[in-house]
Amino acid sequence: MSKQLDKINTIGAVNLALDDAMAADANVIVLGEDVGDKECGGIVGVTKGLSTKYGDARVRSTPISEQAIIGAAIGAAIVGMRPVAEIMLMNFTTVAMDMIVNHAAKLRFMSGGQTHVPLVIRTMTGAGFGTGGQHADYLEAWFAHTAGIKVVAPSNPADAYGLMLSCIADDDPCLFIENMPTYWNPGAAPERGVAIPLGKANVLRAGTDVTLISYSRRVQECAVVAENLAKEGISVELIDLRTISPLDTDTILTSVARTGRAVVVHEAVKPFGVGAEIASRIYEALFSELKAPVQRVGAVHCPVPYSKPLEEAFVPGLKEIEAAVRATLA
Amino acid sequence: MTIQEAPDRATLVEIYRRMTLIKQNDERFRAVIKSGKLVMPYYSPRGQETIPAAISVSLSDDDYICTIYRGIHDMIAKGVPLNALWAELAGRVTGTCKGKGGPMHITHPDSGVMVTTGIVGSSMPIANGLALAAQIRGEKRVAVAYFGDGASNIGAFHESLNLASVWKLPVVFVCQNNGYAEHTRYAYGTSVANIAERAASYQMPGFTVDGNDPVAMYRAARTAIERARDGGGPTLIEAKTFRFHGHVFGDADAYMEAGEKDAWIAKDPVPALRRRLIEAGHATEDDLAKMEAAIEGQIDEAVAFALDSAYPDLAELGRDIYKDEVAV
Repeated sequence: MSKQLDKINTIGAVNLALDDAMAADANVIVLGEDVGDKECGGIVGVTKGLSTKYGDARVRSTPISEQAIIGAAIGAAIVGMRPVAEIMLMNFTTVAMDMIVNHAAKLRFMSGGQTHVPLVIRTMTGAGFGTGGQHADYLEAWFAHTAGIKVVAPSNPADAYGLMLSCIADDDPCLFIENMPTYWNPGAAPERGVAIPLGKANVLRAGTDVTLISYSRRVQECAVVAENLAKEGISVELIDLRTISPLDTDTILTSVARTGRAVVVHEAVKPFGVGAEIASRIYEALFSELKAPVQRVGAVHCPVPYSKPLEEAFVPGLKEIEAAVRATLA
Repeated sequence: MTIQEAPDRATLVEIYRRMTLIKQNDERFRAVIKSGKLVMPYYSPRGQETIPAAISVSLSDDDYICTIYRGIHDMIAKGVPLNALWAELAGRVTGTCKGKGGPMHITHPDSGVMVTTGIVGSSMPIANGLALAAQIRGEKRVAVAYFGDGASNIGAFHESLNLASVWKLPVVFVCQNNGYAEHTRYAYGTSVANIAERAASYQMPGFTVDGNDPVAMYRAARTAIERARDGGGPTLIEAKTFRFHGHVFGDADAYMEAGEKDAWIAKDPVPALRRRLIEAGHATEDDLAKMEAAIEGQIDEAVAFALDSAYPDLAELGRDIYKDEVAV
């Protein structure tokens, strides 16, 4: 392994994880639209250098055929490869849903454990770039609703590295969600070769008054809100879920049992979302101990809009998160 | 170039053995369903026996197949053991999939049956992946994707044939064209006279074959399998055939023209091959009667094994979702 870096962005972190995994295991292959170096190593360069280093047999640019991409990855995974398939944008998973939901997620169960699908599906999404209604949705609740697939959503470059290593090593299919607008933001570099376990949340900030629960990009907004409120003496505990499914209910409940207050924040639309599931689990376990109703913060229940003021109003920002925290303290 | 070599005597007898194994199992499935001892959705392949029988004699256990809900003939031809197959249909823990898959999801990797799907068209994208793994590893394995004529109109067909051609994957696409997509006649829903014509769009060989002719099927299959095994890439085989029992068990065939089914049943490929074997001196009546009786015995045993087996423990609900068992 080469030198330890100080700072890295998510593009570099995912690239590094893929590189390390491919170096360690010849069964790891990468396929997706534009992933090869002749095609610039991905639309934003996440897979840059891999085809040059590991060859075109293991790093394959594909036609724009999402069903065929995931199908090929499933078939190869069943017989022992560890494919990392890229579905460029999360909205494009919709044209591969049969392969993901009916096949990747269910083959272990339907075969009675005779086969399994060690597949990683990388996909990017997120509002903020003016890409409108079909390029920026957070659709994680659909996948979390499906038994048999894990849903992973890192909030920073170092986590992206460590969680990607775990996804590749995992014997079950993992959907790995990358936030596009924050791809280029630098963060602390990961420790090379160290995987971050799936299904385990990370308590980013300890606090005593309110538990703030989030994942993916919105963790960054939550961290700012927590810092701001600390100046007023409001002590926020911030939990980064890292993995949405399986959900680390224990970490959530342990925290909320102490604080008595909870706010769940995600960029996905609020109704029928992950926030509803988390709120429900909190109520089921801690109803009598809560000091206030659980607050949910999510996007407006409408397609991602194009116009800048609309797009900014659509996603939950610092103001909405802070208001929700204050609501639990009122 | 199609291989012209005909199957030798032993191969032709083996094709017949697999065909009659399928036919006799099918007859028993329907009888046991009617008796009330077996409750399952059943998509009979009766009438289509020749296709997988003539293909699978050129495959080994190391070769893969992906098949579909009307695929029990493909599985039997590939060698799925009858006891475990029957037990799976009966939802028993001794089934291939511990009773958790059922007739539309039979999996048996030891005989190369890797995926059975209930979704029209979905055998093809996954067969590509099996072939991709073999190609990357430099193995000489071949993957066969079975599907019906209706599946040639779904996007997965086109994505899969294109990708297989671009990557020269060792895969054989076998369309069992039985003339109906569920209840809709072929011509109402398909733009070409022969599905094999679509192979030209993907720069791969396409053969339209009489799917009920064991020699023609054998030749087409060997041609495609050897081409795939030698690195020549994929082939599309369209096998024209007919299903004798409609779309699903209980189908009244109200959408068929009068006499159509009877005309096909009159050309039943199983007794036709039986007569041919005897007339050609490849087997005697006595040989074949003994073979059929032995199969009946195997089926008797499989039915008893299945119905005497236990149902899966309810804890199975939390097993095989992920590698580690989850609480339910």
